[in-house]
Amino acid sequence: MSFMEALPIALLGAVLGLDVVTFPQAMIARPIVSSTLAGAFIGHSESGLLVGVVLELIALDTLPFGASRYPEWGSAGVVGGALFASQAKGMPGALPASILAALLTAMISGSSMVILRRLIAGRLERSRALIEEGSRDALLSLHLSGMTFDLLRGAIVTMAAMLIFSPLVRAIVATWGSESEYSRAVVVVVAAMVAGGALWKVFHSVRHVIWFFLGGVGIYLGLRAFA
Amino acid sequence: MSGTPTQPFGLPFRVKLAMFVRMLAVQGSWNYETLLGTGIGFVMEPGLRFLPGGIDGPQYRAALARESRYFNAHPYLTGIAVGSLTRAELEGVDPARIERFRSALASPLGSVGDRLVWASWLPFCSVVALCVFGAGGSALAVVGTFLLLYNAGHLLLRAWGLHVGLARGLNVASALGNPVLRQGPQYIGSATALVAGVALPIALQRVVGPGRALVGGIIVAALIGLLILARLRERAEGWRIALGVLAVFVLYSILS
Repeated sequence: MSFMEALPIALLGAVLGLDVVTFPQAMIARPIVSSTLAGAFIGHSESGLLVGVVLELIALDTLPFGASRYPEWGSAGVVGGALFASQAKGMPGALPASILAALLTAMISGSSMVILRRLIAGRLERSRALIEEGSRDALLSLHLSGMTFDLLRGAIVTMAAMLIFSPLVRAIVATWGSESEYSRAVVVVVAAMVAGGALWKVFHSVRHVIWFFLGGVGIYLGLRAFA
Repeated sequence: MSGTPTQPFGLPFRVKLAMFVRMLAVQGSWNYETLLGTGIGFVMEPGLRFLPGGIDGPQYRAALARESRYFNAHPYLTGIAVGSLTRAELEGVDPARIERFRSALASPLGSVGDRLVWASWLPFCSVVALCVFGAGGSALAVVGTFLLLYNAGHLLLRAWGLHVGLARGLNVASALGNPVLRQGPQYIGSATALVAGVALPIALQRVVGPGRALVGGIIVAALIGLLILARLRERAEGWRIALGVLAVFVLYSILS
């Protein structure tokens, strides 16, 4: 993938990366949205959706609590969705390789958020005297530059990830040795166990939670029986 | 959301709107020193212009400096702080009292918001969207359901917070006792578990696609993994385990 081909994807990654924390936190950065949008950019929204669903199941494990460090799913979802949607249909290695690339991007992008926050703290230190005097200009400058840097951060991470992972995923798909159904099955097992573990971690203190879950499973089985 | 009777507070609608829009960017300068502090100053700024002397007055500058110091809260509930602090500043409340109020408000706004939004509403909306996917929904239906549902709660919470903060000023503590904030996580948690019971199997079934012959093996493997993760709780990060397992599998698949 060339720089120019990756540019629209990087711009999408920038906007969705901005949503994670900075603006407007409407959860367009969630992988179920970001991957689907990236897939739609490539022309295969359904492929993007498939990656988005798998990443969403994994993302249930990470809650963006305050100062905690967590993977950044906005840019990662875009990378995963775009990579998978770019592969020929039915290639067995495409899904696991794209998900792996997205998870690596989420990890790197999460670290880039830490760097950004330190950068803003550095700028704050330099303009602290003015802000302590109540300078409107200094405050607006700090805030708007923070937002701009975050936008740039998302663009750079997405662009770098696309340029690195695009040929890598293509090469992996070309040399893939596992059968198609096993390739999907491994991804599903990983997503299911992470999602189940995440929901348990979050909701284990809710009264009778296991019964509600089993009730849901019962509804599913009932629907299947009548379908 | 209702509670103690509120007093109308006379800020023009356009100013409240400006504060609301700025609130969507309250974390724009989030950093490890002041956390949300400078963001709070940024959001309150349009309201503080109504202090005597306007933006050139000493009261405006003192208030802006005070409100830009360290603060922490859940971003969606910052409206409560922004509204009540703006009202307190405009009513000329003693700065020392404002500082004490700011310090006291930060922790509850953080913990209540984290429980209600990140640990309840967000997972609930995710599993509802997964359910739509599993039921065969198109990309537009899945994404549309998620965004509409999530943001209905998100925007309502932000707007309510700003309204209640402006209306009650420093008497806003009772708003945190609102049943939605106190009991919401419990009810949403139960609903999430119920929907997840349906959503997880049907969503995974659709992802599996051609490998349906392996469903039995998938369920057993997933259950074993789930039990291990559930037992480890906070000691294990699921996404890192996913990364490790997939890396090994990809390596195996290109070498085999």
